[in-house]
Amino acid sequence: MAGLNIKVQEVFNEPGCDKNQAKDEKERKKGCTKQLVPGAAAGGCAFDGAKIALQPIADVAHIVHGPIACEGNGWDNRGSKSSGPLLYRTGFTTDVSENDIVFGGEKRLYKAIREVIEKYDPPAVFVYQTCVTALIGDEIEAVCKAAKAKFGKPIIPINVPGFVGSKNLGNKLAGEALLDYVIGTEEPETTTPYDINIIGEYNLAGEMWQIKPLLDHLGIRVLACISGDARYHEVASSHRAKAAMMVCSKAMINVARKMEERYGIPFFEGSFYGISDTSDALRQIATLLVQRGAPEELLARTEILIRREEARAWERLNSYRKRFEGKRVLLITGGVKSWSVVSALQEVGLEIAGTSVKKSTDEDKERVKELVSEDVHVFDDLPPREMYKMLKEAKADIMLSGGRSQFVALKARMPWLDINQERHHAYAGYEGMVTLVDEIDKALYNPIWEQVRKTAPWDSDVHPLSFEGRK
Amino acid sequence: MAKVTVSKKACTVNPLKMSQPIGGILAFLGIANCMPILHGSQGCTAFGLVLFVRHFREAIPLQTTAMNEVTTIMGGMDNIEQALVNIYKRAKPEIIGLCTTGLTETRGEDIHGDLKLIRRRNPELADLPIVFVNTPDFKDAFQDGWARTVTRIIEELVEKSTETICGQVNLLPGSHLTAADIEEIVETISAFGLTPIVLPDLSTSLDGHIPEQFSPTTIGGITVDEIRSMGSSLATIAVGQQMESAALELEMRSGVSYTVFDRLTGLDANDRFLMYLSGLSGRPVPLKYRRQRSQLVDAMLDGHFFFGGKKVAIGAEPDLLWALGSLLTEMGCEISAAVTTTHSPLLEKMPCEEILIGDLEDLEMRAKGSDLLITHSHGRQASERLGIPLFRAGLPSFDRLGANHKLSVGYKGTRDLIFQIGNVFLEHTHEGTPHSWPLPEEQQNEPTAQAQTV
Repeated sequence: MAGLNIKVQEVFNEPGCDKNQAKDEKERKKGCTKQLVPGAAAGGCAFDGAKIALQPIADVAHIVHGPIACEGNGWDNRGSKSSGPLLYRTGFTTDVSENDIVFGGEKRLYKAIREVIEKYDPPAVFVYQTCVTALIGDEIEAVCKAAKAKFGKPIIPINVPGFVGSKNLGNKLAGEALLDYVIGTEEPETTTPYDINIIGEYNLAGEMWQIKPLLDHLGIRVLACISGDARYHEVASSHRAKAAMMVCSKAMINVARKMEERYGIPFFEGSFYGISDTSDALRQIATLLVQRGAPEELLARTEILIRREEARAWERLNSYRKRFEGKRVLLITGGVKSWSVVSALQEVGLEIAGTSVKKSTDEDKERVKELVSEDVHVFDDLPPREMYKMLKEAKADIMLSGGRSQFVALKARMPWLDINQERHHAYAGYEGMVTLVDEIDKALYNPIWEQVRKTAPWDSDVHPLSFEGRK
Repeated sequence: MAKVTVSKKACTVNPLKMSQPIGGILAFLGIANCMPILHGSQGCTAFGLVLFVRHFREAIPLQTTAMNEVTTIMGGMDNIEQALVNIYKRAKPEIIGLCTTGLTETRGEDIHGDLKLIRRRNPELADLPIVFVNTPDFKDAFQDGWARTVTRIIEELVEKSTETICGQVNLLPGSHLTAADIEEIVETISAFGLTPIVLPDLSTSLDGHIPEQFSPTTIGGITVDEIRSMGSSLATIAVGQQMESAALELEMRSGVSYTVFDRLTGLDANDRFLMYLSGLSGRPVPLKYRRQRSQLVDAMLDGHFFFGGKKVAIGAEPDLLWALGSLLTEMGCEISAAVTTTHSPLLEKMPCEEILIGDLEDLEMRAKGSDLLITHSHGRQASERLGIPLFRAGLPSFDRLGANHKLSVGYKGTRDLIFQIGNVFLEHTHEGTPHSWPLPEEQQNEPTAQAQTV
């Protein structure tokens, strides 16, 4: 646990994070996760965050060392897609029992690793620590080390028990595990001047596949995506990339920054949500690659592609503008994507009625405030009751949020769209923007709204037609 | 008849089981104006919440004591206190349910004593019913947590009484019953002029309806007053073996005698149930059910062609396994594999050779060559790999609509279930091709030819 505490402090003291750098020594020590209020908290734990960040590595066996709750209650529920291996969707857990709690769970974990290797032969095994097994003092690092020596495969300890903090911290600690145990341990078969890493992209609903054709067209190779649709070998050899893009705001900034520090891979922070953000991202990738020695003509080719794809997207999007006139969106996300989605929606003429910036960094909050007009509510936290009120009073025409607040909107008989990780549609790049806008349109203009908002005839004031019986 | 074995694997692969605390939480969700809390880290709550939201497609009131590593070691009383006070202030529930988790049970806490102290320190909580349940994640399974919680609710709330409320009957449904199932049982009991009260009642809280206004707590369910009056009922009906201990607790406290119906799926099972109700109420079985019985018999006749000899692999919690397995066997199927989550006296009685307390990997391995796979939505990967159709049963069902409106009890529910499963068999009928029936000689052609040349 001492090692873990040091790690947590280290992650909190992130020089790449402007918010953190603005604090004084004492504030920094406290870390960036807000103290949770018992009875008024929401959101996943650090373990949850680590799993979200790493499980998309598709050919790895992900073993959860803990009681059944941690894996049994939530396995195979992410929308992260794989183009090949499906082992990441298999739920592995030691399902520790009372006996293990008393005598320690290390032996069970070791045996579990052996069983998984014998049955499934994955290129690597990731072992996730949980609260209970941390509390009883199981040393997963030691078990992984012994297993690695015995089975000759990378067995990676992910020491992120849920109670150390929030999902976001879990993302970062997962990144630390990759830096400590995975990245730089293997070599790519070949390298090209066009190799990039994409960091913090999880290929939800297949979003990477909306981007990859663009990169393919430019001859840019994704050496590793960390971690959407990734293979272990790709992540392990990702240190040979020429440049990197960090998506999803600050969730994995430590990975991007440390890879720059250790391997000299420059990175930029960008987003694939929205037309102009996608174009910017492509431009920045090309620019970084050229700076690192790729032929300069890449820039011109990138501009041609951007012009062509933007035109193609706008052609399709313009038909929605009229339908979106005066429509207001209430946007509630975990926060990490706020600014990129805000700009994207405004591009097609939607008004932002309000947006949440919970979990966002100050920098993100500033960006959101820059983007929206002054009368727009920017919430730190919007309790469900308030959400419901806003919708019920028709201060917004549609809510975009994660699955958890879905029913706040639906019970207020208002349109809703899922933009979180359980969503079924891919919204990245030019194609994704067209999909998102089309989904919003489908939700707004679905014919059900008129009927479901009517009061039952027996509750309305209008007198029923009198029925004249047989005379 | 069945041999019960427990998986010896160190690694559970593709869990069938869900944890005990969230079974307890689901029971609390069947009480009106309730706010359940998981006493653990915020993740314990988040995982349970997402699971229920995806299954029920409903908002789920569920809070957390948000334990961190320091409070876990120092003890969670302060967190419980803060959670109770905050929830009382913000959500104004009529009752709070508190389930412990593996995290807090590993340290071991005296919650009983803590609650006494907390009530003393916060007079506003003095009259608020707070029911806590010990539900360590590392023991037992979902249905155990549900049953244990119902027992604890009875212990805490049911008042001793010497009076009987005329016609009032307690119904204790197991965690395997849906809103539609509970509705059907309630309707049947009512048809005999009796008034059932249901603990817990998911048929009014999680049946998917539109409340008049926003509520941070449950939007339906049995009221606290109704629970208190359960000691004055005429009788208790427990549906599912898991509910026997709760029914017994109620009988010991208040003298209300109970009857356990281990299932209400199948012809015989429902005959017994209706005769019981007829005896209890002194009324004849209503015409409606006579007709429904006849419809079920007809469904069995129509359906048996497609069930006979079929091999079915089932993964489900004991009570659901018993209900489905028994019906399928009665229809002529063979249970080719049965995997469950926890112990139950029903397991040994199951009409199959072996029952394994294990996971979906075990089920997948044993299901090879079966005609049908029955388990919850997590069976979808196994079904795909095996090429065997999946009939979804149990919680979670996150990739289908209307999970809580699936009816499988009563004559009507059994009839519909036979139709649904029968239709899966019909859809996957193997049709003959010109090559389906080769003669044995043709298969041996080659070796014979070789033999001649030698």
